[in-house]
Amino acid sequence: MKTATMTKTADNGVNVEALLGARDALTQAPPAAQFTWRANCQWFNGAHSRSTINGYFGLGEEQSRATGFDIESDHPALFAATDNAATPLEIVLAALASCLTGGVASIAQHRGVQLNSVQVEVEGDMDMSGVLGIDPDVRNGFSAIRVKFHIDADAPATEIAGIVAQSQKRSAVYDIITNPGNVRTTIA
Amino acid sequence: MKRTTAVIIGAGQSGLAMSFELMQRGIDHIVLERGEVANSWRHERWDSLKLLTPNRMNALPGLPYAGPDADGFMSVRELVTRFDTCLSRTSFPIDTGTTVLSVAPSDRGYRVQTDQGALEANAVVMATGACNHPKIPAFAKAASDDMVQTSPLSYKRPSDLPEGKTLVVGASASGLQLARELQLSGRQVTLAVGNHTRMPRRYRGRDILEWMGRIGVTSTLYSDLPDLDRVRRLPSPSLTADDTLDLNLLQEFGVELVGRCVGLDGEEAHFAGSLANTCASADLKMTRLLASIDAFADQHNPKDCPADDAPLAPTQLPDGPRLRINLAREGFTSILWATGFAPDFTWLRAPHFDAKGRLMHDGGVVTKGLYVMGLPYLRYRRSTLLFGAGDDAMFLANHMQLGLERACAA
Repeated sequence: MKTATMTKTADNGVNVEALLGARDALTQAPPAAQFTWRANCQWFNGAHSRSTINGYFGLGEEQSRATGFDIESDHPALFAATDNAATPLEIVLAALASCLTGGVASIAQHRGVQLNSVQVEVEGDMDMSGVLGIDPDVRNGFSAIRVKFHIDADAPATEIAGIVAQSQKRSAVYDIITNPGNVRTTIA
Repeated sequence: MKRTTAVIIGAGQSGLAMSFELMQRGIDHIVLERGEVANSWRHERWDSLKLLTPNRMNALPGLPYAGPDADGFMSVRELVTRFDTCLSRTSFPIDTGTTVLSVAPSDRGYRVQTDQGALEANAVVMATGACNHPKIPAFAKAASDDMVQTSPLSYKRPSDLPEGKTLVVGASASGLQLARELQLSGRQVTLAVGNHTRMPRRYRGRDILEWMGRIGVTSTLYSDLPDLDRVRRLPSPSLTADDTLDLNLLQEFGVELVGRCVGLDGEEAHFAGSLANTCASADLKMTRLLASIDAFADQHNPKDCPADDAPLAPTQLPDGPRLRINLAREGFTSILWATGFAPDFTWLRAPHFDAKGRLMHDGGVVTKGLYVMGLPYLRYRRSTLLFGAGDDAMFLANHMQLGLERACAA
């Protein structure tokens, strides 16, 4: 029995060639791989604030976009707040979901798997006794995070599982959440 | 100054294999060994260690395995005896008790300075192995002074460690074996699990290493790999001598699993929250390997290899693996760093190292007249296994012979 080799192609909208090219280029020039991302947050009132995002540093110089992006944040009515926007916690969950989703798309394309639809549900459990200072043994943040993928793709289940596993392995936000990181605060 | 054509540094399986090949080619040489032949096997392994390659694969130069238990797994003591037998059959030119202090290029090749004097040679073969010292994370220094810290290179037996709980860091072969040994010795073990390579010992009636050979995994030449650097850094298989020892079995013994150890700060150890994906990834890779074996077996000899009736269960995970442990408060008295090993080439005074300090080589050839053996995926995946040394020695000895002939002709 002869097994024909099929070259799978997929278009998930990811420019895989550009990514691989970047990988090669940055392997040769490690300093160019140093990036710094930024957000600038303006307080409005109460728990309501707006972060503006535009410029970042990468490939050895300052980068900017034609238009910036805004992400507002607030607390809900249940917290006696003005409920103008999502809480920072929810934005973090959205960041995780987005990072993993983008990863799934590019890995799938790199592996020749056509995605038809991807939806990710994220849940993070939190015991309010932490942030409210009720119980010192309870952490402020999420005690558990669950991510559920709904993927419709032209590939068997094990291949999809492999793509999902690899997206976590190479996700920046997954790493930020699952590993410690230093935060240093100064006052101008 | 003493002169010879080739100096081989290290009298382990690689050094002896190279010496054997050079003798076949009539190339004058000396093997320099800091201790005794098979020094690392004798002095840097733990008492209960058994090899993870079946006996049939453990040929030494001039000494194939001819014993009654080809499918069994010899102990390190039995291996050392085989080295002694190997020496009694072939007269290798070995200077034991001789430590190399430096190797530097010279007019006629290389100058080798040892603690017994200096030598000049046309060629040098570095056969000191891949495991000269343990790779322990820098943050290990932050552990309290009371904490006993060890590695598989210095650990010998459970009684080496004080009473109390043990943190074993690393879930490749050494970590798994030692976690079991320590748990069964009565210590409560917590095992920090980072990236690892899971595979069953046997599958469809044959040993997994035999399968890997048949399907071409252990025989793919390094230069045929698209991502050699990544493959060289893969964790070595979490295999032991016996039927599958895996994370599920360890948990049945009572070992606690946590994620990769990412920090220590005097009292607390910190672990990553990625254990679920780490284990899922290892399971998936194993499933892909077994599927490749199935494809091969079904195509070539389906009748000889009955389908597996007891497939390995996916790795069972604790519900919320701990992210921090206060080692002092909980009575942890020791940490065993099964976090891998690194070779030592600090005595090589020549610019053959990359930006990360790793020796650069092309399938074992560092440069004209300078060779290295026994490093991960040097030429094949089997380069670091006992039976891989012979093929690598043959190739590199041929290369050396050609080089010497050209030099003479010039």
